[in-house]
Amino acid sequence: METFESFLTIGLGHYLTVSVILFCLGVLGLLTRRNLIVVYMSLELMLNAANLALVAFSYFNKSLDGQVVVMLVVTIAAAEVAVGLALIVSLARKKLPVWVNDLNKLKY
Amino acid sequence: MTNILLAILFLPILSAAAITLFTLRRPTVSAGISIGSSCLTFILSVLLYRGAVSQGLPLEISFTWLSVGALSVELGFLVDRLSLLMLLVVTGIGSLIHIYSRGYMQGDPSNSRYFSGLSIFMFSMTGIVLANNLLMIFFFWEMVGLSSYLLIGFWMSKPSAADAGKKAFLCNRIGDTGFLLGIIILWGTLGTLGFSQINSLLAANPAALGSWTTLVGLLLFCGVVGKSAQFPLHVWLPDAMEGPTPVSALIHAATMVAAGVYLLARAFSIFALPAAWPESLAWFNFSALEAVAFTGALTALLAALIAVQQNDIKRILAYSTLSQLGYMVMAVGIAYPVAGMYHLTTHAFFKALLFLGAGSVIVALHHEQNIWKMGGLLKRMPITFFTFLVGTLALCGVPPLSGFFSKDAIIAQAFSKSTCLGTISVGVAFLTTFYMGRLFFVAFMGKARSQSAEKSQETPPVMTYPLILLAIAAVFAGFWNVDTWMMRHYGLEPESAGWFAKLLYPFEHAPMAALVSLAAVVCGAVLAFKLYYNAKQDVLPSQLGSVARWLKDKFYLDELYENTLIWCQDKFALVCDKFDRWVIGGALVGTVYHGVDLVGRLWRLSQTGSVQTYAAIFVFGFVVLAYWVVNW
Repeated sequence: METFESFLTIGLGHYLTVSVILFCLGVLGLLTRRNLIVVYMSLELMLNAANLALVAFSYFNKSLDGQVVVMLVVTIAAAEVAVGLALIVSLARKKLPVWVNDLNKLKY
Repeated sequence: MTNILLAILFLPILSAAAITLFTLRRPTVSAGISIGSSCLTFILSVLLYRGAVSQGLPLEISFTWLSVGALSVELGFLVDRLSLLMLLVVTGIGSLIHIYSRGYMQGDPSNSRYFSGLSIFMFSMTGIVLANNLLMIFFFWEMVGLSSYLLIGFWMSKPSAADAGKKAFLCNRIGDTGFLLGIIILWGTLGTLGFSQINSLLAANPAALGSWTTLVGLLLFCGVVGKSAQFPLHVWLPDAMEGPTPVSALIHAATMVAAGVYLLARAFSIFALPAAWPESLAWFNFSALEAVAFTGALTALLAALIAVQQNDIKRILAYSTLSQLGYMVMAVGIAYPVAGMYHLTTHAFFKALLFLGAGSVIVALHHEQNIWKMGGLLKRMPITFFTFLVGTLALCGVPPLSGFFSKDAIIAQAFSKSTCLGTISVGVAFLTTFYMGRLFFVAFMGKARSQSAEKSQETPPVMTYPLILLAIAAVFAGFWNVDTWMMRHYGLEPESAGWFAKLLYPFEHAPMAALVSLAAVVCGAVLAFKLYYNAKQDVLPSQLGSVARWLKDKFYLDELYENTLIWCQDKFALVCDKFDRWVIGGALVGTVYHGVDLVGRLWRLSQTGSVQTYAAIFVFGFVVLAYWVVNW
């Protein structure tokens, strides 16, 4: 009974579970999708999954440290999107494909 | 005094630097710089002589050149009777030959290079003479080797000259290896290389070198064998005649090849020690001096025999030089370095004279060196003729010319030590007169044997004046008290004597030796006159047959070396080459190289170029890491 109740009461475990599920979805998308923009979105998903975990820890530990880190992550994510989208836009301008498996100039 | 010493040593090298850097395109200026520096060096040497004599000998100046921990290497000057004598000989004859070169090298396009080479040589030679320790001698020893190489191969576009230079360098290198080993052992056992320290150490304790004694002597003698061209390393000197004739006179007759004898005289206290061998080699049981004496005697005899059947005027003189060097080395070997240095001095005068005379003939005959194409030079080249005659008589040892006194001193001492050595030295005196008579009668007397000989003319004064000066020295050097000067150096008290008494001294002191050697000279001269005066061709080959051929072909020593040593060396080099190519290069380096290459090729396959592959690997790695962190 008690375990069921604690299952129903939203706690740290729930947040972390959601975070892990989101993260794994992000990873899967990152590895499997071919469209660059979708890959980007998966990347954002992973970052935000991490953000969720950090905020949850911050709340349950009664400490603001986690939220500070979240701010940092959000900033970095913004910067990264700026660079990444710029790259995608310039690819599109040159009429180059935006499919990940076609962008393999680094191949041996 | 220090300033004068430094000036004497460094003037020549400064002039060489100036010529090489600034005046390569101006032959006249280069010659002027070089001649000026050598003459100035001679004047400074005379000043040094006067100053040193009035100050008292010996004079030693030394300074620390480098010190590393307990090891300190000193360089310095040692001015004593021995080095003063040698210094005056080197700079004096050197200056005359510089002046003569101005005439001989006239018109050669590489005139400047020639004079800078001569200046480098003068620097190195004065370095040897003034050095106060063996290490410094070794440095300059190598430098005279270098300048000798540069000047022998002066006409380097001629393959024979380039080869001769290489041969000289390699032969010297063989000798110098022994020399360096000797120096190292000496340093290890005595802890010092300074001559005065060595002398006082050995005087206090003759057994200071222990069982190394004889070995050190023989190793140092190796250097002498190389530089003074003693048997078996004598083969380079006759080939060295490929260089310009003044070079042959200065380096390969008068001074550099005498450096070996100078070293023997300088380090005499080491050679004179009684025999002491390591236990395992004890059965050798001869002393260093005995080896020196017999090497010298053998060289003297061998070279004199070969000289009898040579036809190139410079080669005859080269073998004669070898033979006389053998005399000097033998003189030191019979424990009488005084006579060795005495003969070195007189020989420097008359052999330089003979070479310069030969050079004068060669120039007049448009570079003809075969004596059978000369002849009849009395009328056409009187100065060269008479100065050459003086040189010949001095070399043969006709009294009262200088050669007689020095040679007699050696022969008399040889007889007093061992009849065998005495007999050899008299035999060599006979052969010397014979081959020099042959050379003189064929090349200078009789009728002109070729067109160029008929049209020859006397050479210009810049060449004849040095001849005259050297001829004067060759005549009177016997009265310059060189022997008493050297006797005082070795602590012997000479009997003071006037001019006339000096002339009679050999006959009073050791009448047998003097008379026998005079008889040998007369026999040689008469025989040469009979065979070669007005001769059309050499009669010896038809009368002696294969013996003459052996003499002409130098006892086939060059061929012997070619077929044994050089053959072995070539084969060894071949084996080394194969080993390097297949074992080191192939098996060892190859394995590493091909292994790295293969691994690289394999790893390259992981670079797919697809970002998602990298991400997958990254994720996989992260999972492994996380698992590891959590479970351990």
